Amino acid sequence: MDDADIIPIGTHGAAGRGTGRNPSKAARDLLGGGRRRPPAPRSPEDADVRPLKVPDPEEVPVVPDAPILAAPEGPGAAPETTGGGSKRPGIPLTEIVEALTHAAMEVFGDDWERKLAHFIAFLRRRITGEFEVDDYGFDPELTERLLMTAARPLAEKWFRVEVRGVENIPKTGGALIVSNHSGTVPVDALMTMFQVHERTGRHLRPLGADLVFRLPFVSTVARRGGVTLACQEDAERMLNGGELVGVWPEGFKGIGKPFSERYKLQRFGRGGFVGAALRTSVPIIPVSVVGAEEIYPLVGNVPALARLLGLPYVPITPFFPLLGPLGLVPLPSKWIIEFGEPIHTEAYDASAAEDPLTVFEVTDRVRETIQQTLYQLLMRRRSIFG
Amino acid sequence: MTQAGKVVLVTGVSRDLGRRFARNLADDPAVANVIGVDVIPPEGDLGAVSFVRADLRNPVVAKLLVRERVDTVVHMSVVATPGGMGSRASMKEANVIGTMQLLGACQRAPDVQRVVVKSTTTVYGASHRDPAMFTEEMGPKRMPRSGYSRDALEIEGYVRGFARRRPDVHVAMLRAANVIGPGVDSPIAQYFRLPVVPTVLGYDPRLQFLHEADLMGALRHAVLTDASGTFNLAGDGVLLLSQAIRRLGRAGLPVPSFALSAVGSAIRGVGRSEFATELVHFLTYGRGVDTTRLHEEFGYRPRYSTEEAFCDFARSVDMPPGVPGLAVAEPALASLERALTRSAVPTSAPTAAPTGGELDG
Repeated sequence: MDDADIIPIGTHGAAGRGTGRNPSKAARDLLGGGRRRPPAPRSPEDADVRPLKVPDPEEVPVVPDAPILAAPEGPGAAPETTGGGSKRPGIPLTEIVEALTHAAMEVFGDDWERKLAHFIAFLRRRITGEFEVDDYGFDPELTERLLMTAARPLAEKWFRVEVRGVENIPKTGGALIVSNHSGTVPVDALMTMFQVHERTGRHLRPLGADLVFRLPFVSTVARRGGVTLACQEDAERMLNGGELVGVWPEGFKGIGKPFSERYKLQRFGRGGFVGAALRTSVPIIPVSVVGAEEIYPLVGNVPALARLLGLPYVPITPFFPLLGPLGLVPLPSKWIIEFGEPIHTEAYDASAAEDPLTVFEVTDRVRETIQQTLYQLLMRRRSIFG
Repeated sequence: MTQAGKVVLVTGVSRDLGRRFARNLADDPAVANVIGVDVIPPEGDLGAVSFVRADLRNPVVAKLLVRERVDTVVHMSVVATPGGMGSRASMKEANVIGTMQLLGACQRAPDVQRVVVKSTTTVYGASHRDPAMFTEEMGPKRMPRSGYSRDALEIEGYVRGFARRRPDVHVAMLRAANVIGPGVDSPIAQYFRLPVVPTVLGYDPRLQFLHEADLMGALRHAVLTDASGTFNLAGDGVLLLSQAIRRLGRAGLPVPSFALSAVGSAIRGVGRSEFATELVHFLTYGRGVDTTRLHEEFGYRPRYSTEEAFCDFARSVDMPPGVPGLAVAEPALASLERALTRSAVPTSAPTAAPTGGELDG
């Protein structure tokens, strides 16, 4: 046995090399003590306990609390050496196993074995590519497991989002959710998606600007999260498919507006979203989000750099880029999201979508509703961080 | 129509798909005679197909149409790669001028009743401003300036012109998604056969595939029915590039988009051509096409979904020369999962029993 024999990772949970009876030098060194001859013989009790312990070395990457505990064990030390564990200096293996089990229970609850198995099944589907995406590239499993899980603490602990008017979100069928847009970074869209999913179990499918699909990484995450391009074709296709579609008609004008203009709705464009709703006869649900304006107060912009990068703006906030990465932490403002009463479009006939006056009228109605609700909610909120 | 059976002229039979399509068609009882035309003689067996070695730009084709009383023309010789033809310029010449001449010949031939053109979904291009699903009325968001997609776009223009001039002829144009299958040797199939698959860093495009059997099936359907119009032809559903690479059990190699072509040809080895621009765009932004019209108006439903078509292709790809991807961890995870579910069974059994008892009571 020489030092060059390094044990490979991922050996079906078995000891890495040889007979498995004699742990390698590397494994012995890891366990500390530097003993020459490991006490190899295994007792019958240990054999009984084995099946339970088999998973543990593999468990390491998926249990966040575990790595520190698991480090002295390593994949090479494996369950085969259990027998000598307690007699050896360093942390006894049985205790490590117990700690790992506790860690797993901590993370996954009492039902940890089944839940961990589910999690591993999820990992396997990721590895083999056997997950499903819809025509738009939406990956519900990944969205629920990662995006929504990541959004939860942000929504519940950081922004303490208060939600009103959930009953206005239809349980089934297509509907268009129209919201104000603010906050420099589209956290408000993520929060609305999270709240809709949390309260109704439905996925909100946002419509994003073409910039989203031009940017690397952003485009990948967006498609996986259910975003599609804000164009008439996609909007109507999704609404006809009975999806809950989210649109932020202010776009970059809204999200990148200076802090001094907070809670003042920007123009709503040509009302393309209203046209889509009229053509597909789905209700429009106006949504007002209070709190997102304060997360990254935009006090400046670097237009030259923005043009260079092809971005609509490069934000300067009181903390960014002054504090570097720390400036990326959003301020913990208090949020209120109100889903307003649906504006029904069934009454309009098919030609209404082609009539600019009707479209502008409905657009104005939606815009006014959101603006009025914003003022009311601001009155309700005791303070920015209250 | 009083004839015993159809007389079909198939162009592009030197390529594998064209040859197999012509041969299968010749076995059909409704078809009396199949004439295969190409510049290069086909390498495989043509079966009952009579082969005529001719360039489409040659007036011989026009004479052939009249003399053999051809009633159906299947145009399959629009190609994505120069292949044996040499340069890109000669490829464009053969694609575009060849089609023009063929359509000109068809216009003069009184017996021609049906023209089937195999086009491609590449005509839609690929950009960040694309809708999720292209329908047949939509055009590309960014006009291709050169390459295969430009050829295809020009050819489609000529086909539409022909359809206007000969309203009595049924013209079916099938825009096929990337054809894939065990026997396919297209740029995309070569791409997935690379030992390490380079991808564009930060992008995970949606891809659609069409199984080779479905291409044959749809073309045959077009020959045997009087369908006319433009139809998207693709398997149901989409597959992400990352999914596809993982299904292959290969490793992906993300590189910046400007380096994709160079890295791709470096992996393929010296002397191979670089990735075409439209392939790089496709691998960056992806593309989806709507096949509602294919199902409802044309009346053909592909037997393989995108996923099934790709899996069928993946089975044919030799594993050993490739660099394994994350898949190496899969067996370990699988055994771990089995171990966990097995050990979880005794713990879950007692909890299951009481509920069962309550139900009985």
